[in-house]
Amino acid sequence: MNREPERLNPIALHRQLAAIWDSGKGLQRLGAVNHTVLGKRFMVTAFVFFAIGGVLAMLIRAQLATPHSAFMDAATYNQIFTMHGTVMMFLFAIPMLEGAAIYFLPKMLGARDLAFPRLTALGYWCYLFGGTIIIVAMLAGVAPDSGWFMYTPLSSRPFSPGVNADVWLLGITFVEISAVCAAIEITVSILKLRAPGMSLDKMPIFGWYMLVTALMMIFGFPPLILASILLEVERAFDFPFFDPTRGGDSLLWAHLFWLFGHPEVYIIFLPAAGAVSMILPVLARNPLMGYRAIIVALIAMAFLSFGIWVHHMFTLGIPHLALAFFSAASALVAIPTGIQIFAWIATLAHGRPRFEIPMLYIFGFLVVFVAGGLTGVMLAMVPFNWQAHDTHFVVAHLHYVLVGGFVFPMLAAAYYWLPQVTGRLPVFKLSIPAFWLIFIGFNMTFFMMHITGLRGMPRRVFTYPADIGWDWLNLLSSVGGFILTMGFALFVIDVVLQLRFGKPFRRNPWGAGTLEWAQPTPPPSYNFASLPTVDRRADTLDAGRMGAELAGGRGYLGFARNGWMETLAVDMTTGRPEHVVLLPNNSMLPLWTSLAIGGFVLSLLFQFYLFSLVPLALVLVLALSWTRTTGQRADRGPIPIGRGEMAPTHYEISGAPSWWGMVFTLFANGTLFASLLFGALFLWAVAPNWPPPSTGEIGLVAPVLVLLAFALAAGTNHLAVAANRRGGSPLLWLALCAAAHLTAVIVLVWCIRNVVPDPTSHAYAAVCFILLAYAALHSSLGAVFAFYGFERFRQGYVSAVRSLDLRIGSLWHDYTAGTGAIAVILVVLMPALVAMGAWQQ
Amino acid sequence: MSRSAIKRICVLGVTGLLTAGCTGPLSTLEPAGPAAASIALLWWIMLAGSVVLFAIVIGLFTLAFYRPAWLAGISARNWILHGGITMSSVVILLLLVAAFVLGERLVARPLADPPLAVQANGRMWVWEFSYPSVEGPSLTTNVLHIPAGEIVDVRVTSSDVIHSFWSPRLAGKIDAVPGHENVVRLTAERPGTYRGVCAEFCGVGHTQMHFTVIAHPPEAYEQALADAIAAETTE
Repeated sequence: MNREPERLNPIALHRQLAAIWDSGKGLQRLGAVNHTVLGKRFMVTAFVFFAIGGVLAMLIRAQLATPHSAFMDAATYNQIFTMHGTVMMFLFAIPMLEGAAIYFLPKMLGARDLAFPRLTALGYWCYLFGGTIIIVAMLAGVAPDSGWFMYTPLSSRPFSPGVNADVWLLGITFVEISAVCAAIEITVSILKLRAPGMSLDKMPIFGWYMLVTALMMIFGFPPLILASILLEVERAFDFPFFDPTRGGDSLLWAHLFWLFGHPEVYIIFLPAAGAVSMILPVLARNPLMGYRAIIVALIAMAFLSFGIWVHHMFTLGIPHLALAFFSAASALVAIPTGIQIFAWIATLAHGRPRFEIPMLYIFGFLVVFVAGGLTGVMLAMVPFNWQAHDTHFVVAHLHYVLVGGFVFPMLAAAYYWLPQVTGRLPVFKLSIPAFWLIFIGFNMTFFMMHITGLRGMPRRVFTYPADIGWDWLNLLSSVGGFILTMGFALFVIDVVLQLRFGKPFRRNPWGAGTLEWAQPTPPPSYNFASLPTVDRRADTLDAGRMGAELAGGRGYLGFARNGWMETLAVDMTTGRPEHVVLLPNNSMLPLWTSLAIGGFVLSLLFQFYLFSLVPLALVLVLALSWTRTTGQRADRGPIPIGRGEMAPTHYEISGAPSWWGMVFTLFANGTLFASLLFGALFLWAVAPNWPPPSTGEIGLVAPVLVLLAFALAAGTNHLAVAANRRGGSPLLWLALCAAAHLTAVIVLVWCIRNVVPDPTSHAYAAVCFILLAYAALHSSLGAVFAFYGFERFRQGYVSAVRSLDLRIGSLWHDYTAGTGAIAVILVVLMPALVAMGAWQQ
Repeated sequence: MSRSAIKRICVLGVTGLLTAGCTGPLSTLEPAGPAAASIALLWWIMLAGSVVLFAIVIGLFTLAFYRPAWLAGISARNWILHGGITMSSVVILLLLVAAFVLGERLVARPLADPPLAVQANGRMWVWEFSYPSVEGPSLTTNVLHIPAGEIVDVRVTSSDVIHSFWSPRLAGKIDAVPGHENVVRLTAERPGTYRGVCAEFCGVGHTQMHFTVIAHPPEAYEQALADAIAAETTE
């Protein structure tokens, strides 16, 4: 029964695989889950948002071109600059890098798709809908207007009474769901879905860059998501987390925002630097040198980036000694950056560089980015920062770093990889003038801002007087801005011309050594007709020869079987083939689910809080229905994977991608919880107007009851897993697990209603409320997981060998018990902490 | 025109441009007090260092591209070790030490002879200054009066959103955070009028939220302050 399907000729194989993998026509396109399709959608959508952000920038430059301009009033200008920053950061840069990763990673790593194709689609729709909500709000004249970092209390209800700030908080959080989904998916895909033989140290360097980036996203985004939730709760229900008159603190927002905000800068920069590390060696005709040093540098950078957020807060009155620590960490980032730059220089020096268009843009990147890096080191110096902070000097610096570190490399990447995407070679006529317009326009716009900033021009002023020497500098900036825009217009025209008139080519025009060039171009939906074996560093492969072999079905999985979408998962470090991943097919569920989430977001936005439970319930129902088409009702044992080898399917293995997916989801969730703990302790230690008027009396009975229920829930699920492993029935244990969760929820809700003081009275009560609500929410979901495991077993999807559903549940129950216990214990200890704080004062 | 004349014109032009480009009533590069002066000096040193580093990096990259053979004798290990690690570490270490020492000198730590303290309160969108040294109510709106040549601690807070107190020719900025009090220490070397702005975005009035610092000759300070307070109350 488990015989290998017979080998087909390449054309028949292509037809069969395409029939299985293609995304469909017409309305079926809405159900596409394929990474090639979605990667392109992400990148095109991000580029549209880039154009919108660019138009906003032009409006800003038109306003600032001359002193006393009457073009816009302050209120409009505030919306415009807030939207420019928001669009560029959240709707362009992050989705663009996600799109590039989604499109390229499976191709570079030798897989047929990412680990969770439907999650890719869900992420795309969340991004599109969230972005649309924000843009529509702007067209309706109610765009966010508190600046892209939304400092409280300016963004709190008393000072921003309109819906503007809610648009930001809800819309951006919606988009962020997409970013976290993508990050989890990218992490698991890189770790598990690679070509056989591709051990971690043979991965093309872009894989490493994206692995580090995705992990940074998993740990970097949750603080902002938490902060947005807290602020939205404050705005909606008057919980005073950030209100200094009731024990909240605006500094908490600043900390949480920049705890996300600084890693964000490296999240944007690293993928672009990864692209440079892929392109430059090819054009130098020399494999990347210092491969391991770069990996170490990346990891160092990731760690450092989480220790430097305070350098955005040097003027907020934090003690100088603390600032010195963050200042040193910030300056140290120059070292890993320097390692990369010198590795590139070494690669060039030991190679035979040739001049191609992408190289021109890499030059542009280097000049602009190094300048931005140097001003970054300057800004990391505390005394200089006291002068330059919040001036146009910072505006100049951040554009040098972000445009230099992201846009220029992305343009190089566009010219390098477009042939791979379109199957056509560039026309090459407009890319050179486009470069010079962009390069000159950019420097003219932003170099001047260093000087206007040093001459005292603060950020975010909508006009300025004529007598302080800012006028001609601003005029030059504005002229430069329009030159820059012309350059981008020329780039767009060039790309369109290439799509329309470009010359088709056979394979691998650059002579690259990575797997994405071992594909037919444009790439087929299934990527590789058979999966390659990698026996050397995967940027030194003979892509041309491999391409022909793989198309002929001579690698792994070189057949179509049962209509399955199959790809291989490997051992994380060694790259030994481990199991077959059966991917889910096209589905409308991601679209429906994201629409339901959108409904939830919109009902919160319009303050239909009770009604919002309807779309929320819908989200839950839809989420549960995701697994109706996946799973396996019988044990199958190892099946042939080609080349005479056998491997089990992912349902029958302990470390399946979905299990890892849950692990990383809980890492993200745990970061959110840790941020919440940080917030609670921060308010206690730093915020004004403590102690609270009343701390409530929670006693010990309720907390002990909750802790016991948590322990029981986690314990019974472990017993369920054990019973199932022995071939017995886990149903009783699962029912007990659900009951334990429900008990915990009931007691927690009772505590929230009867013991915690009115949460609008003081930040203390609000924090206790949120801690207990967090535990209750996780426990209710725990009950759902237990119920889900129950049903899956009853329907025959679970056996001693196929225990994935129960073990994923176990992760959740253990997590809930752990964080829930911490939350409850903190609430119990809070009155004692408050007493201590009062004693200190 | 002789070559030396061209040279002279160039030099004059560049200096002219530099001076024209750096001065102004809000310019950090035209300091009027010791704090702003030492930060301006730090800036000029960092600028010079940056230009050199920029030239080295871009020069090496360009050379590696156009004349790889000239540099091929240096191993990748040496490039990364010396270019990436040693060079950056030395520069950063020196800079960090200098900046830390400077920062320590600028922060408002307690002095044996307590300096004059004034209160600054940011409120959408005015600055309210008051003077603990004066008995009774003492308020001046949008104008801060200080004695020239003396150390002054400005204690800054806010009664609504975050603002930032910044008079660039005198010292760096400090944020006005509701519920907290932050201190910036400044000295105006000579009597005169110095402009200041709110540097942290604070809503539609942010652009208009500026103020003036008037430094009086020390002997005339008390009288001038009293007059200003009186004028404020009669208004």
